[in-house]
Amino acid sequence: MSRIGVFTCHCGENIAGTVDCPKVAELSRQIPGVVHSVDYKYMCSDPGQTLIKEAIKEHKLDGVVVAACSPRMHEPTFRKAAAEAGVNPYLCEMANLREHCSWVHEKNEATTQKAADLVRVMVEKVKHDTPLTPIKVPVTKTALVVGGGIAGIQTALDIANAGHQVVLVEKSPSIGGHMSQLSETFPTLDCSQCILTPRMVEAAQHPNIKLMTYSEVEKVDGFIGNFKVTVRKKAKKVDEKACTGCGLCVTKCPNKKIPDEFNEGLAFRPAIYVPFPQAVPNKPTIDTANCTYFKNGKCGVCSKVCPTGAIRYEQEDELITMDIGAIVMATGFKLMKTDKFPEYGYGKYKDVIDGMQFERLASASGPTAGVIKRPSDGKEPETVVFIACSGSRDRAKGVPYCSKICCMYTAKHTMLYKHKVHHGQAYVFYMDIRSAGKDYDEFVRRAIEEDEAKYIRGRVSRIYEEDGKLIVKGADTLMNGEPVEIKADMVVLATAVQSQDCSEDLAQTLHISYDKYGFFAEAHPKLRPVETNTAGIFLAGACQAPRDIPETVAQGSAAGAKVAALFSQDELTREPIVAVVNRQAPPLFSTCTGCFLCQTACPYQAIEQEEIKDRSGRVIKTVAKVNPGLCQGCGTCVAFCRTKAIDLAGFSNEQLFAELMTL
Amino acid sequence: MSEQFEPKITAFVCNWCTYAGADLTGTSRIKYQPNVRVLRVPCTGRIDFMLIMKAFERGADGVMISGCHPNDCHYTSGNYHARRRWMVFRDLMDFMGIDTERVTFSWVSAAEGAKWGALVNEVTDKIRALGPYAEQKQLVGLGVE
Repeated sequence: MSRIGVFTCHCGENIAGTVDCPKVAELSRQIPGVVHSVDYKYMCSDPGQTLIKEAIKEHKLDGVVVAACSPRMHEPTFRKAAAEAGVNPYLCEMANLREHCSWVHEKNEATTQKAADLVRVMVEKVKHDTPLTPIKVPVTKTALVVGGGIAGIQTALDIANAGHQVVLVEKSPSIGGHMSQLSETFPTLDCSQCILTPRMVEAAQHPNIKLMTYSEVEKVDGFIGNFKVTVRKKAKKVDEKACTGCGLCVTKCPNKKIPDEFNEGLAFRPAIYVPFPQAVPNKPTIDTANCTYFKNGKCGVCSKVCPTGAIRYEQEDELITMDIGAIVMATGFKLMKTDKFPEYGYGKYKDVIDGMQFERLASASGPTAGVIKRPSDGKEPETVVFIACSGSRDRAKGVPYCSKICCMYTAKHTMLYKHKVHHGQAYVFYMDIRSAGKDYDEFVRRAIEEDEAKYIRGRVSRIYEEDGKLIVKGADTLMNGEPVEIKADMVVLATAVQSQDCSEDLAQTLHISYDKYGFFAEAHPKLRPVETNTAGIFLAGACQAPRDIPETVAQGSAAGAKVAALFSQDELTREPIVAVVNRQAPPLFSTCTGCFLCQTACPYQAIEQEEIKDRSGRVIKTVAKVNPGLCQGCGTCVAFCRTKAIDLAGFSNEQLFAELMTL
Repeated sequence: MSEQFEPKITAFVCNWCTYAGADLTGTSRIKYQPNVRVLRVPCTGRIDFMLIMKAFERGADGVMISGCHPNDCHYTSGNYHARRRWMVFRDLMDFMGIDTERVTFSWVSAAEGAKWGALVNEVTDKIRALGPYAEQKQLVGLGVE
């Protein structure tokens, strides 16, 4: 027989105002198994908790029901008190007399009756509670950072500086990401590469950071503190150890007509290439899709000229499996593709470019060495039209959200242009100017007032070519929608920021959630902005939503701090509310029939298969087994199980049915 | 009988949305009728429909099930499983001759305190109008008063 104590709280007048607490205590005393029942003004106060602890000892209680406020409020308080008095904390339950009863009902008999019912339900629950102990899982103190842009670099550096190992995986041959392509950055106009490249080098040389470029995450298993990650290290066809990075192969490669990704197709690169001069690592990669040797087996010039014999045509992709404790996703963004803008002739007219292409034109390391020349004929454009919100905030283009960075970089572009083409005129078509941020609005004002960019509030309906000029037709909504026509030499579209093409596949590989635009979803939009719903996986930068550099860096550091906090413990403690598949003595071993419906239901891949063998090692049957490290305790599998072989600790079938029996 | 019929309503709510939403009803001091008894489960996905049958067997006149809105499940997909299961179960209930009007399936988020209060009142009034669930009580031999 149970020895349960019921402690009814008045919560001052909050409960006692509508519920007859002494009566609830009296009715509770009559419940079979209850040996002690009292009411008190404030149970959560120190004297209240002492009262519970002393009663546990005096009456040798083996279960406690505190009839007070919501368990979401004080369950930890009372469980802790119970534990201090020697009762397993999971044998302490709360009946919610305040939020679910006294506060929502009038003072009458029915309310007190409901309160008594709620206590009875919880007494039955406690009777069927089993002592549980928090689950301890070890932590592998190595972090995986996916994406080597500024978000990933910042995160990796912060974790590494906290003294933990980091593996930084980047899919392209060099880290640096989009930031390495930028010319100058707003609102300070400092050179992007000047501030980024030292960070890149620091990341590469850090003793705690293992850099894996030209690599992609292939598979993720396991759970917080204990992930098993498989990374595909794509074959660069160059032996990184033997290569000295002299660059002779790059200069000698005869196939030099491949559109250069780093320069957004505004220049060409050879088939064996280093993405950009400051690349980290600064060693070449063979683009096998375009290399003559890989196309028809001829050429082999790079191999012949290489002074250290580092070319490895036979090199294969490598699959590397690692033990990882935490993962940070920092996979960044992409810009909307050209085919989305037929009305602007983007992709058709060479002089209609996007913002990133303009960055390359303005960059000192770009194809024009920083001289603004239009792509079609290399002439200096005297009139440039910038179109903000190209795709963004446009439901028809499937992007109803604001891309956030374009207002600022468009203002920056007008300034960069004016600083290089003094007699030139920049026009900006915009919907709204969104320049919230430190020194941001001042920056936009400077573009308008000092660098004389003409801002026109309105949309561009069409762009077409006439006499070597691009005719931009739009409307000025501040002038009653008056039509505007500008003869431009070049048009720059501030195209929408979108999630990476691979983001949905990646999210599924990692079992994290994503929104309808493919951006990874944070665990809580305000309170847990860098965590995902999957414990141990964090987010940094534009893979979560459009972000500018300061925000990305802040978020990268935040994710790094989260990982460092996780790694500060040797073991993680988890709530023991997990599903369990029953096990019995031979010959049955388990009522599980091995249908594995539970496996399809589980959102966490926590259900594993286990073979039950007899003494001779013969497999009798295959049954389900729950990995308590992965299980989050939702209980969906329990409701699915046909043979009732799975149960959920803390919310077992027995408990729920017992609770129902009281009603 | 001058006294009005007070229905017994059993509610199964998930811990993360509706339970928290019902807490908010309390903290907002929104009043509703005291006929409902709430049973907390981690997720609507946990709700085995045997529990609903048991609730009726124990004399419930109405049953409520409420959890997170689609796409808001704390456990990613538990509420989708619950919804799908409910669609099948409703047909089964209908086939068995159980009045499907007596089961209410809804989504109440942790921010919808007012919705929970209104929902409980609505369901209580509806079940009160339907009267005691005599057929079921006869079926399980509880008898009708």
